Amino acid sequence: MPRAAPKMSTRRDDLAGTATLIRFMLRRDRVRIPVWLAALTLGTVATAQSFGDLYPDAAARQAAAQSMNSPAGLAMTGPSHYLQDYNFGSMLSHQMLGFLGVLVGLMSVLLLVRHSRAEEETGRAELVRASIVGRHAHMTAALSVVAGTNILLAVLLTLGLGGLGVEGITWSGSLLYGAAHAMMGLVFAGVAAVTVQITEHSRGAAGLGLAAIGVAYVLRASGDVGNEAISWLSPIGWAQRTYAYVDNRWWPLLLGLALAAVLVVAGFELSTRRDVGSGLRQSRPGKAAASDVLAHPIGLALRLHRGLLIGFGVAMLLLGASYGSIIGDAEEMLGSVDVLNEALAEIGGASIAESFASMVMVVMVIVASIYVVMAALRPRSEETAGRAEPVLATALSRGRWLGGHLVVVLGGAVVMALLLGLGFGLSGASSMGDTGFLWNILGAALAYVPALWFVAGVAVALFGWLPRGAALAWALPVYGFVVGYLGQILQFPGWMNNLSPFGHVPQLPADELTWTPLVVLTLLAAALIVLGLAGFRRRSVEMT
Amino acid sequence: MPEPAELRAGDTAIEVSGLNKSFGATKALDQLDLNVRTGEVHGFLGPNGAGKSTTIRVLLGLLRADSGRATVLGGHPWHDAVALHRRLAYVPGDVNLWPTLTGGEAIDLFARLRGGFDRRRRNELCERFDLDPTKKGRTYSKGNRQKVAIVAALASDVELLILDEPTAGLDPLMETIFAECIREVKGAGRTVLLSSHILAQVEALGDRVSIIRQGHIVESGTLSELRHLTRTSVEAETHRSADGVRDLPGVHNVAVSNGKVHFDVDTEHLDTAVGHLHGLGIRSLVSQPPTLEQLFMRHYGEELAEATNGRGR
Repeated sequence: MPRAAPKMSTRRDDLAGTATLIRFMLRRDRVRIPVWLAALTLGTVATAQSFGDLYPDAAARQAAAQSMNSPAGLAMTGPSHYLQDYNFGSMLSHQMLGFLGVLVGLMSVLLLVRHSRAEEETGRAELVRASIVGRHAHMTAALSVVAGTNILLAVLLTLGLGGLGVEGITWSGSLLYGAAHAMMGLVFAGVAAVTVQITEHSRGAAGLGLAAIGVAYVLRASGDVGNEAISWLSPIGWAQRTYAYVDNRWWPLLLGLALAAVLVVAGFELSTRRDVGSGLRQSRPGKAAASDVLAHPIGLALRLHRGLLIGFGVAMLLLGASYGSIIGDAEEMLGSVDVLNEALAEIGGASIAESFASMVMVVMVIVASIYVVMAALRPRSEETAGRAEPVLATALSRGRWLGGHLVVVLGGAVVMALLLGLGFGLSGASSMGDTGFLWNILGAALAYVPALWFVAGVAVALFGWLPRGAALAWALPVYGFVVGYLGQILQFPGWMNNLSPFGHVPQLPADELTWTPLVVLTLLAAALIVLGLAGFRRRSVEMT
Repeated sequence: MPEPAELRAGDTAIEVSGLNKSFGATKALDQLDLNVRTGEVHGFLGPNGAGKSTTIRVLLGLLRADSGRATVLGGHPWHDAVALHRRLAYVPGDVNLWPTLTGGEAIDLFARLRGGFDRRRRNELCERFDLDPTKKGRTYSKGNRQKVAIVAALASDVELLILDEPTAGLDPLMETIFAECIREVKGAGRTVLLSSHILAQVEALGDRVSIIRQGHIVESGTLSELRHLTRTSVEAETHRSADGVRDLPGVHNVAVSNGKVHFDVDTEHLDTAVGHLHGLGIRSLVSQPPTLEQLFMRHYGEELAEATNGRGR
């Protein structure tokens, strides 16, 4: 063998097989991608169409603009510049773009992780890479699929909204509105292209991606209420600052495209510095023996939930803190508007800070309920992964095994509520200079604990009796989010709110504390848990 | 191990009769009977999908049988699961470990949840199996994951080991060490149910064997008992022509050429056949005892020809 081998690899070879892989990915996602596109497009178009009924005349729209012009309103929607001319177009862009940014980001991150890191983690990528497939082909194909999906979404949104013929929703505005979605999707695809290089696990890669979306959302929320410069740090903020249907500025999209390009290049660069299947972070050796705590069912559960608990706990603390930091700005901003102050005082008899806190609290608690569902479904994933079986073949009873997980889930729910209350309360108290606010907020957050336990109860009952349908528990946070977040903006009827466990919790600190719903929710949660335990005791442990 | 618990169990460690289990339309266990005596290594043989793992999962109380009776160490596998699990250890055929726990932690976890375990023995086993206990679960290969479960089971002080294809993924060297360990376990008076499709392993370790086919035990007994059911293969050179063996009872597949004869003989007629050869003047004689493989093929070879819903023999 000659020492200097001829240069055999070319750029073309690096990409060999990309087209085949794209076709393969599209075939795997022939249901998933259309469902995402249909849900996002139809949801947007239906919202735009509903505006006519919700706000029949200019006076109604003006009233909507005024009610949005509160700290809570702006934090949950977008910058106040939209409010100057609040027609159906600017309404759509103002109220939906931030929320849709989160969903589009979610779609991009999940799709990209699914086709890159998840494939490597399962070892399937190794099989594929061993055939005539270049080293960049997998990532290129995955990015092409995600980018194509986002561009198709932009086209569908443009056609769907433009063709609606609603006053104020122009074709040119719709084109920009759609393009703004594609830009956000591309940025978060780029983020995921980097995160999948870092960790070995698809869960970790997706988690980092979702954290980036959360940070982007919170930055724009605090910027839109307080210092606008902060919003310019967020891709969602850029999309909102195109002011689609108002000013129709295209240039903020360039910022997003540039960031997406930088991230993708970084992702490719990082991918050449690691082996297939491994991450940039190498796993280190650990303890050779188990501690005494680990052999206890709660200790074992705690160890298995540790990553999720820490990750989510930090997220809750930061989420709370960032909303809390807005409150001071909010009071300042509204302090001068006496009329509105009076109006607000008339509505609930609560201060601006309190009504803001109550509105935002619902949303944050629903984010916490995502933790509860993930944690409560952990026993199910232990079971399907085949890790429950050898443990249940030891002297650990099923009740104690599941009980260990449940203690962590229920305790975790309290911890999450405390952390978000602590973050929100501390930063709110310091931004307003009012220590009493912290105690109010902690109480308000803890009032949601029974609702979170109820969510856990539903998941456990499903696990016990309908294990294959355990994922149905996700319906609770999803529904809670739709009515708790969108319902507040789009004014859903009351009965829809009553179907969500979160709708029954007194909205402290603005509302009065009523104990009945809290006691009832706790009892229901307990009953569901007992039911779930009984179901699990009498069913077979399933193999994958 | 002369413990009071063992006295209760009597001389039968596992007793199963008429066990049935269906998954939807598939009948996984069909009137299964199984009898494992205390202190023996019982080979549980059958190809993939014959119902070995389903049987074991019923014995562990992880699956509920549709009907039939099963007794493990004198207890009911479903109702007395926890009490029984203190007295037995299980190695699954496909070990799944937690990606973030080290192998050592997993071993200790399994062994401690089972009750007592001997740390010195555990460390010694790790060394014998050449297992690095500080590595995280996700970095282990299949064979190493298997070792984790084997060490955890062997380090536990239990009366019964239930092993479901325990050596899948182990290299030949490790298989030898595993076989040594099983002999030690047997020497200590413990009972082993060893499910496998590796015939040589069962042949080397097993006292008695049960062969399962389509959820039903088709053959059960000691290896020598089972050998009686099969034929010994004989190859001989004789001074005089051995054509006469064709007329002997229990002789099959005779081939004679250039003074050499080759035939199979039912084991019960071996004496007569060899006596006949002796009369012809033996120059050389090679006799192959029946292997488990032949026995196995007798049941499974037919399967190819037979309708799939037929029941053994």
